[in-house]
Amino acid sequence: MKRIITFAVMLIAVLGLPVSAAAQDGIDTGDNAWILTSSALVLMMTGPGLALFYGGLVRQRNVLGTMMQSFAMMAMMTLLWAIYGYSLSFAEGNTFVGGFGHVFLNGVGMEPNGSIPHLTFMVFQLMFAIITPALISGAFAERMKFSAMLLFMALWGTVVYFPMVHMVWGGGFMSGDGMIPCLDFAGGSVVHMSSGVAALVIALYLGKRKGYPNEAMRPHNLSLAFIGACLLWVGWFGFNAGSALAADGLAAVAFVNTHFAAAAAVTGWLVVEWIRDGKPSVLGGITGAVAGLVAITPAAGFVGPMDSIIIGFAGGAICYFAVAVVKAKFGYDDSLDAFGVHGVGGTVGALLTGVFARMAIGGADGLVEGNAGQFVNNALGSALTWVFSGVATFVILKIVDAIIGVRVSAGDESIGLDISQHGEEAYN
Amino acid sequence: MKKIEAVIQPFKLDDVREALKGIGHDRLTIYDVRGHGRQKGHKEVYRGQEYEVDLLPKVKLESYASDDRVDEIVNAIVESARTGKIGDGKVFVSDIASAIRIRSGETDDDAI
Repeated sequence: MKRIITFAVMLIAVLGLPVSAAAQDGIDTGDNAWILTSSALVLMMTGPGLALFYGGLVRQRNVLGTMMQSFAMMAMMTLLWAIYGYSLSFAEGNTFVGGFGHVFLNGVGMEPNGSIPHLTFMVFQLMFAIITPALISGAFAERMKFSAMLLFMALWGTVVYFPMVHMVWGGGFMSGDGMIPCLDFAGGSVVHMSSGVAALVIALYLGKRKGYPNEAMRPHNLSLAFIGACLLWVGWFGFNAGSALAADGLAAVAFVNTHFAAAAAVTGWLVVEWIRDGKPSVLGGITGAVAGLVAITPAAGFVGPMDSIIIGFAGGAICYFAVAVVKAKFGYDDSLDAFGVHGVGGTVGALLTGVFARMAIGGADGLVEGNAGQFVNNALGSALTWVFSGVATFVILKIVDAIIGVRVSAGDESIGLDISQHGEEAYN
Repeated sequence: MKKIEAVIQPFKLDDVREALKGIGHDRLTIYDVRGHGRQKGHKEVYRGQEYEVDLLPKVKLESYASDDRVDEIVNAIVESARTGKIGDGKVFVSDIASAIRIRSGETDDDAI
């Protein structure tokens, strides 16, 4: 008897499913499944992806401190996003920043936002708010106080990232119907350019690591960096194809473009490196892949697969020059090349999006289709992003420096962040 | 009673151990060390930035023997560690005043 009741309950539950789904009118379960999956993929880009990538590139005494910088963003940005970050990014507001309509996720529930639940959209966007500040940490590796890093990131998220999201994606003046409509599919300017420029400013502000560039500061474990880079590549499918906000044809285009660009960028970087330095290196290959993934990010849903190969190749080759030639020439210590890869790659991608965009794919034409105006808009948007992120980052640094001091003491720097900031060692 | 120290190429360690076993002297201590003699370092390039790596990884081995066995052991090490290229390393022999086996209290030649 008991078994029959159980069966009956299960039957009702199964039959009841479509009914309860239908009750959530306007939600496409396929879209929702893909965006939730994408959200998880994008979180994986930060931890462990970026943490391993950056962690492998630093010296042994700083590996935990470097991983912790990424991991801390997974906690801190999540809480800020829940309390007010999502609201400042996506609630109704002015043209620069969102309002307080969604603070404490007020009004953000299971109801549809497009074809997915509003909560799904919110959590997908949250993962971008985590990785963007984490990217900056490559510039100040091995020499920033953990406490200062937390305060800096909280302020930077509030003053730079949330407004950037609003301006480009949340209905601000760089959005589709704004004053300067920029094409940024998944974050060329919002994520990579803004964090990359901030990285350059912070590298200049903090100064070089002790001993740089005379002392050999070789990556302590390239196998970790390799695993991290491969996780980034896979996670990027969620980043770009998820940005279609649906499991549709556009998502497929973005997925393919993402993959093609990464492959072309590995090739681009290695060709240049092989010619100039004599050997194709593993570090070169994985760095090239990341550069190509950055470059295709703004273009992923606007260009065709063959365009993405050109964009990826250009991203790989140009970022090589930014990292190997420009950095050496000017002598700044962008330790793990957050600017060289994300700032430069993001800018290359944003400009080339304005070149290769095609109406048939993302609903907008670029230079090659005869619409020079879009290229101008994307160039203008890039310039504004550089200035905004650069100036704001400098002011935030001044404030944090005045309150707690941004740089660790010379002694702490010599011991390493692992022991001086966290009281532990990675390898025993 | 002598101490025999040798700095060798890491990839020759297996050959040296094999050779020492072959003459019935398979007791030794190994250290991973870095250094260089006349051998120059090599160049490593990371993202276009060149580093001259002059402290190269080597293996240092240490063993103890009675006076009458020293020549045979040194010979075995030299023969087995040689590639003929610069960087093969060196062998040093020095006198030892005394030795004690902790477990049994045996001393000198009985202890090594």
